[in-house]
Amino acid sequence: MEYLVIIISTIFINNIVLAKFLGICPFLGVSKNTSTAVGMGGAVIFVMVISTIMTYLVQHYILIPLDIAYMQTVTYILVIAFLVQVVEIVLKKVSPDLYQALGVYLPLITTNCTILGVAILVIQNNFNLLESVIFAIGNSVGFTLAIALFSSLREQLDTADLPEYMQGIPAALITASILSMAFMGFAGLV
Amino acid sequence: MATTNYKENFLNGIIKENPVFVLLLGCCPTLGVTSSAINGIGMGAATAFVLVMSNLAIALVKNVIPDKVRIPAFIVIIAAFVTVVQLLMEAYTPALNEQLGLFIPLIVVNCIVLGRAEAFASRNTVFASMLDGLGMGIGFTLALTLLGTIRELLGSLSVFGVKLVDADGMLVFILAPGAFITLGFIIAVMTWLKKRKPAHS
Repeated sequence: MEYLVIIISTIFINNIVLAKFLGICPFLGVSKNTSTAVGMGGAVIFVMVISTIMTYLVQHYILIPLDIAYMQTVTYILVIAFLVQVVEIVLKKVSPDLYQALGVYLPLITTNCTILGVAILVIQNNFNLLESVIFAIGNSVGFTLAIALFSSLREQLDTADLPEYMQGIPAALITASILSMAFMGFAGLV
Repeated sequence: MATTNYKENFLNGIIKENPVFVLLLGCCPTLGVTSSAINGIGMGAATAFVLVMSNLAIALVKNVIPDKVRIPAFIVIIAAFVTVVQLLMEAYTPALNEQLGLFIPLIVVNCIVLGRAEAFASRNTVFASMLDGLGMGIGFTLALTLLGTIRELLGSLSVFGVKLVDADGMLVFILAPGAFITLGFIIAVMTWLKKRKPAHS
C-alpha cells in the first residue's frame, strides 16, 4: 500500500516536471514530436532506476562510513556521468535494438537534472533501497507521461494560427502551464 | 581592442545573450524557485558565484586538461564550487537554503554553467572568462528577480515580502502553473519588443 502511494504521488500529484520543475530542459527541448519524447522518456526510466540504486549504495556503503557525506554532489554527478557511459556501451553490445531507440538520448541524460535530483531526494527522504527504486520508477514514469502528453499537445500547436511573437517557446510554456494546472486536479488523491 | 572587448564580455550576458530569456538555459531553477523575488535573488547569486569561480578555474587549467576528458573535468570543477556554495549557505543563510533546497546541488547540472565553461572559459583568457561569468550571472539573477517579482506581486500582492494590499492574490501564480505562464508571457513580450524595434528606428 505504502509503495502504491509513492507511485501515485510521484506520477500524478508531485509530478517531477509539472510540480517540482525538474527536467525542464528536455521537457521543452525534446518535445517537438511524440516519438522522440517517448524515446527520451524511456531512456530516463532506464537510467534513473539504475543510477538511483548506484547512488544509494554509494551513499550508504562509501560516503557515510567514511564520513564524507558533504562530497555527495561531486560523487553523484561522477557516478551518473560514468553510468551513462557504461549503459551506452553495454546497450550497444547487448541490445542493438534498444540502443537504436534510446541511443541518441543517452548523452543528454547526464545533464538532465531529474536524475541527480531524484538521487538526492531519495537520501533526503530517508528511503530504504526498495522504496528508492519505487520512487525512481514513479518519478521517471511521471516524467515520461508529462513529456509524452506535452509533445502531443505541441504537435497540435504547430498547426495553430498564433501571433508571430507567441510562436514556439512562449506558446509551449503557456501550454505547459495549462497541463500543470490539469495535474493539480490530482491533489488530494492520496 | 582589449578594453572594449572586456566591456562586451561583461554586457553580453546581461542583455544580448541573457541566459534565461534569450538562450533559454537553466530553466529548472528559473521556474522552480521564483515564487518570490528574494528567492530569485538568492538563487541568482549562488549561480553567479559558481559561474564566476568555475569560469575562472577552468580558464586557469584549460591548457593542462586533455581534450578528451574535458567535459568530466569541467563537471568536477563545477561540482566542487557547488559544494562550497552549499556548505556556505547551510552555515550563513539557513532559511534561504531551506527555501531553495534541492536546487542548490542542482546548480551542477544547470546548463548555463557547463555551457559557459565549454563555450567561453575553455578558449578565452582568465580575466575575460571571469567577466563573462559575472555578466551571465548578473543576467541570470536579473531574470530570476524579474520573474520572482511578477509572480510575488500577482500571487500574494507583495514585493520583496512587503505586502502592498491587504487582500489575497491569485494563488495560481505562486504555484507551478504560474511559473510556466509568467515565463511564457515574458518571452513573448521580449520577442514582440525585438520584432517591433527595427520598424520604428
